[in-house]
Amino acid sequence: MTSLLVIIVLVLLAIALWQLTKIFDLTQVGADSNNSQIANDDDNNVQGYLMFGFLAFIYIFTIYGLIKWGHLVLHTPASEHGGEIDNLMNITWVLIFIVQTITQALLYYYAFKYRGKKEQKALYFSDNNKLEAIWSIIPAVVLAGLILYGLYAWTNIMFIDEEEDVMVVEVYAQQFKWTARYAGEDNVLGKANVRYIEGVNTLGVDLADPNAQDDIVVSELHIPKGKKVHFRFRSQDVLHSAYFPQFRAQMNCVPGMVTEFAFTPIYTTAEYREMAFMQEKVANINILRAKKSAELVAKGQPPLDPYSFDYLLLCNKICGSSHYNMQMKVVVDTPEEYKKWLSDKPLLVDEVKASLAPPAPVEGAKVIDSAKTDTAAVSKIAMK
Amino acid sequence: MSAEGHDHGHDHEHEHHHKDTFITKYIFSIDHKMIAKQYLLTGIVMGIIGVGMSMLFRMQLAWPEESFKIFNFLLGDKFAPDGVMTNDIYLALVTIHGTIMVFFVLTAALSGTFSNLLIPLQIGARDMASGFMNMISYWLFFLSSVIMICSLFVESGPASAGWTIYPPLSALPQAIGGSGAGMTLWLVSMAIFIASSLMGSLNYVVTVINLRTKGMSMTRLPLTIWAFFVTALIGIISFPVLLSAALLLIMDRSFGTSFFLSDIYIAGEVLHYQGGSPVLFEHLFWFLGHPEVYIVLLPALGITSEVIATNSRKPIFGYRAMIMSILAIAFLSTIVWGHHMFISGMNPFLGSVFTFTTLLIAIPSAVKAFNYITTLWKGNLQLNPAMLFSIGLVSTFITGGLTGIILGDSTLDINVHDTYFVVAHFHLVMGISALYGMFAGIYHWFPKMFGRMLNKNLGYVHFWVTAVCAYGVFFPMHFIGLAGLPRRYYTNTNFPLFDDLQNVNVLITMFALVGGAFQLVFLYNFFSSIFYGKRTIQNPWKSNTLEWTAPIEHIHGNWPGEIPHVYRWPYDYSKPGHDEDFVPQNIPMKEGEEVLHH
Repeated sequence: MTSLLVIIVLVLLAIALWQLTKIFDLTQVGADSNNSQIANDDDNNVQGYLMFGFLAFIYIFTIYGLIKWGHLVLHTPASEHGGEIDNLMNITWVLIFIVQTITQALLYYYAFKYRGKKEQKALYFSDNNKLEAIWSIIPAVVLAGLILYGLYAWTNIMFIDEEEDVMVVEVYAQQFKWTARYAGEDNVLGKANVRYIEGVNTLGVDLADPNAQDDIVVSELHIPKGKKVHFRFRSQDVLHSAYFPQFRAQMNCVPGMVTEFAFTPIYTTAEYREMAFMQEKVANINILRAKKSAELVAKGQPPLDPYSFDYLLLCNKICGSSHYNMQMKVVVDTPEEYKKWLSDKPLLVDEVKASLAPPAPVEGAKVIDSAKTDTAAVSKIAMK
Repeated sequence: MSAEGHDHGHDHEHEHHHKDTFITKYIFSIDHKMIAKQYLLTGIVMGIIGVGMSMLFRMQLAWPEESFKIFNFLLGDKFAPDGVMTNDIYLALVTIHGTIMVFFVLTAALSGTFSNLLIPLQIGARDMASGFMNMISYWLFFLSSVIMICSLFVESGPASAGWTIYPPLSALPQAIGGSGAGMTLWLVSMAIFIASSLMGSLNYVVTVINLRTKGMSMTRLPLTIWAFFVTALIGIISFPVLLSAALLLIMDRSFGTSFFLSDIYIAGEVLHYQGGSPVLFEHLFWFLGHPEVYIVLLPALGITSEVIATNSRKPIFGYRAMIMSILAIAFLSTIVWGHHMFISGMNPFLGSVFTFTTLLIAIPSAVKAFNYITTLWKGNLQLNPAMLFSIGLVSTFITGGLTGIILGDSTLDINVHDTYFVVAHFHLVMGISALYGMFAGIYHWFPKMFGRMLNKNLGYVHFWVTAVCAYGVFFPMHFIGLAGLPRRYYTNTNFPLFDDLQNVNVLITMFALVGGAFQLVFLYNFFSSIFYGKRTIQNPWKSNTLEWTAPIEHIHGNWPGEIPHVYRWPYDYSKPGHDEDFVPQNIPMKEGEEVLHH
């Protein structure tokens, strides 16, 4: 029914258009037919005014967007370096707005002001080295400033100081989930390779490596506030991208290599939830969700859960069918909370031991299953 | 110049009056004007498919997982059971939309149509240097289009790893359905496409260098020709690299090599690949991929230069600066590819270098934009539809280009990489701009191609609705990108965090549907005008370039008798001392007339 309506509307629109052009054509009866499709003074006049109108449209749309959607944009970064990125971003935005406002105004205003008239004669003005120099040098100077600031910030963010006191965490990507590995007491991750994947050792950690003995594998990422976290990313299958929007951090996860990014969280999850803008955002989202829930319930489906804010790690590189749902909760704790949380997590070596010990019926099935693939993997390793 | 010798050869041939059959005239034609039309028609068909796909996936984004009969009708029971689009076909649509629009419409159809039509006509040549190679080029393009369309119908689905086809996703059928037969066809199609593109480009370069008519020095070439010439050069430099990437990927997929793959565990088993790197593929891909942006954009800018000068009745401002900036853009475009890979895991120091080279491109781009604006200043603007599209191009080129300063800056790219901000940026700066350039070219040279005029009022309607919708679609996208919304998500409903972006997505889709539907106005205008349009006069826009000195009826060899000689640059509009406000290039200088430009 809806599609029928849409078709009818489209057909009517087409007819209206056709009639409109017929009327336009009729107004030009008697004109030299060969020139009839070339803009005449009337056209220039109408189109000139429309050009001016379009300038207004762009401006109004921009202002409308800033008012209506401005609050959606990420702000208040939750990491130490995030402030630097946002600062550079704001400076860049100011420049962009100035240039955009001026150039669009000139473009459309000239299109309006100099719209063609029979008696008007264009100025023969072919070049002017001074003008060319001005608009080469000004952008060059402005860009030089942006480049220098940008590179300064980039160097600070990306080059991780090995001497610094950092906490090493591995983020491991696979279709379509994230896993984290903590380096434990020694703060050194055990070696790993997909060829070691076996049973509960889903990250392929080399269990013989002394550094691996205190590694802890978890499915929810907790990090302590105020401590620089050195993330090391791995992927077991395809490219993924670890995107932490609130922390202004992103790095691709590449099979066959380890990539890195480091940042220091500065607000705990609880603190970030308390912020006025976040409360407002969450309240707004919950209103939308309540509306949607009412619709769902009316259809006999279960309602949506109310939303409360959490930092997220998203996958931001197309990685397969369920790319759109590859996420992990990130929790920023106070250092004490963090210690407490980590203290009761089992070591990977113990988990592996437990899984190999007298099998419980359900788990046993899993072990046998994976044992098959293990031998395949091992024989392959033996081959090379 | 070798032009004279060449003339004689063709004049002689011309006298023979060889008869054309239907097949040699319309199908296996070696006439550049017919080949241009073939490219245009194929491009329009591909464009309908590409734009149509975008409307489908925009509907899914606005009304996620809702049932639409049209989905079921177009995608079938497998990919849209009960009218609900599946996630696999969503990714396939996004992938093929990108592929078709970037390569088949904005590369092949844009360059193919206008380089073929205009290079011989504007430089004063009888035809392309090799008409036969030109014909092969078109038919390879046609073949690659057919293969790409066939890939939509394979059982496991078309390629769906994104138009950038990064391995391992594109290499492993286990990773995603589309990486099976669909991906094989994609690669085969692209390999043929590249061969076609190279043949075309070589032809353009050789023709421009060798076949210019007497007096047509390089500094008297219209800017369109400069743009096509430089575009062809970039294509020759960068397309072979994509071909090698595609071939290596085929090796990895089918012959067990490990160029791009290493240490992979998928579907419960370890694969044998070792020592390759997906990052290598990214380098190879973007070594073409970034110049590709300019392969798409430069012809559009060239067309715009010509259309703006003609319709402003003014010389293009800063002709030499325009050429210099085209050359600078072309050179820089080949050394900036790494800005697509700031967070790919490559050494951050490389990122610094690429930030530097990338932001440099803003300088020649700014020069071009300011020169266009200055050309309008104190002009006598004839606001024909082609002119509107050209002004629109300058507008979107600025709007989209400015956000490039953010994306080109490695520091800022960290947080907007692969979000909708990127989608907004590149659609405005290369998608919409190049499309506007193509429309401007069609409206301007339709009389040259078909001997008839397009209806101007339909043209006006087409432009204004398109202009409003283009901003309506891509402007709000900046906001949702800055809110952190990743691109290529089938739906955002799994992230309550993004629930407040849904209204914006609905608005975007509305604009997209209206804008897409109004392209029918153009299609109607185009096809009906071919047969029923008003007949054109020889030089409807009172233009200076040589193509308008050729007869309206197309003939082999373009001009009956001698090829016109050229005595001046192409932008003598409203030159003091002349009665008319244009002086075509083939009019000799009057006694005592001075060259007023530098």
